[in-house]
Amino acid sequence: MAEYKLTTPLTDEDMVQLKAGDVVFLTGTIHSARDAAHKKLFDLLDAGKELPFELEGSAIYYVGPSPAPPGRPIGSAGPTTSYRMDTYAPRLHSLGMKASIGKGKRSDEVKAVMKEYKGVYFGATGGAGALLSNSIVESTVIAFEELGPEAIRAMKVKDFPLLVINDCHGGELYVKPKLDSEE
Amino acid sequence: MREIQAADIVEAVATMCIKANTELPQDVRNKLEQAMAEETSSSAKEVLRQLLENADLSMETKLPLCQDCGLAVYYVEVGDDCKIVGGNLRDLINEGTRKGYDEGFLRKSACDPLTRANTGDGTPAVIHFDMVPGDKLKISYMAKGGGAENMSRVTMLAPAQGWEGIKKFVINRVAEAGPNPCPPTVIGIGIGGTFEHAAKIAKSSLLRELDDTHPEPRVAEMEKELEEALNGLGIGPMGLGGKTTVLGVKITMEPCHLASLPLAVNVQCHSQRHEEVVL
Repeated sequence: MAEYKLTTPLTDEDMVQLKAGDVVFLTGTIHSARDAAHKKLFDLLDAGKELPFELEGSAIYYVGPSPAPPGRPIGSAGPTTSYRMDTYAPRLHSLGMKASIGKGKRSDEVKAVMKEYKGVYFGATGGAGALLSNSIVESTVIAFEELGPEAIRAMKVKDFPLLVINDCHGGELYVKPKLDSEE
Repeated sequence: MREIQAADIVEAVATMCIKANTELPQDVRNKLEQAMAEETSSSAKEVLRQLLENADLSMETKLPLCQDCGLAVYYVEVGDDCKIVGGNLRDLINEGTRKGYDEGFLRKSACDPLTRANTGDGTPAVIHFDMVPGDKLKISYMAKGGGAENMSRVTMLAPAQGWEGIKKFVINRVAEAGPNPCPPTVIGIGIGGTFEHAAKIAKSSLLRELDDTHPEPRVAEMEKELEEALNGLGIGPMGLGGKTTVLGVKITMEPCHLASLPLAVNVQCHSQRHEEVVL
């Protein structure tokens, strides 16, 4: 298991070196988007309109942070469960998104698309939202403010701690549950 | 009739919401520490270390433990000999929820099921009322996150499936959920009642202390057997592998119809946030 420090925008070269189980500290700008924001992004794509941020080289963080208390850039900000974005991830990868950040399993389709487009799925520790917020130095709502916690935010991160769950070579870190044969 | 003032209820509810979301209960912390001592894999240990550090940070900064501050769920026991003065109890609990989620900078996660428009204030809360003897009002609060709730299921087994059928369903459910609900989880199980009652008692089982023992030896044995089987799945903290897949299994069992064997499995994440207040 290797350790890497990466900076956004992410490149194919950044991605191909990564193997499931590697630790990555990410610095730069990532964008938050979860269920409702993805739907709106797709409405824009379908209408042929410009997206609120550059997809090429991007990392999308599946997160809906809690409100920022006075004196902090953001509230608690850990990952939400990723499978709900499985219907959206393939098209975004095909348009240049390099990485998604969340927790939990991805579909076979998403894994196949990551192989095709050199994409990576990073896991952040679910339920460690207070701790993860320490690596977010700035957060600005850039689109869909009406969605409240689901609005798209540009987040400046510094050494954001990630684990490679699915690499672009078909590797996966999650263990398969040990079930008895009769189950 | 003992009188309980509306303002006291609102204040108590608001305080509970904030406390539960920022202070990890001691029983959960103990279990996480115990798991950390028992795990041998470095990834499992690292996840548990982060969760404990997160709890410390949350306590210190008052940032919520998790950005998903849940839907507010309440189990309320109203004493026969108490009288609420100055408002309707359901309204007061919702008002306390609004106040707590606002003042505690908690995320408001209630929305319309189809338009997905956020209600904006964290309400309506899900409230279960019960009438009990006495002159006290007991309100138990749970912050129920969406990720773990989505992994929960209700099923109607055939009576012939019995305990073996129950075990198989629970084990397969936890295996299928894998890393999604933020393991190590707490599994609340409702056996019996009706379709909706099984789910209700599965959830209220989660209000128990993690280190307690069920008063009925038969059920205590069932909890132990399932806990061992689930930890044997090897899913581990955040699904990265390890000995700790669940922090506890809590079962409530009640009589059911001759034809039925209702079973509900309510999954709760490691951030097992709940509080109670007696007024």
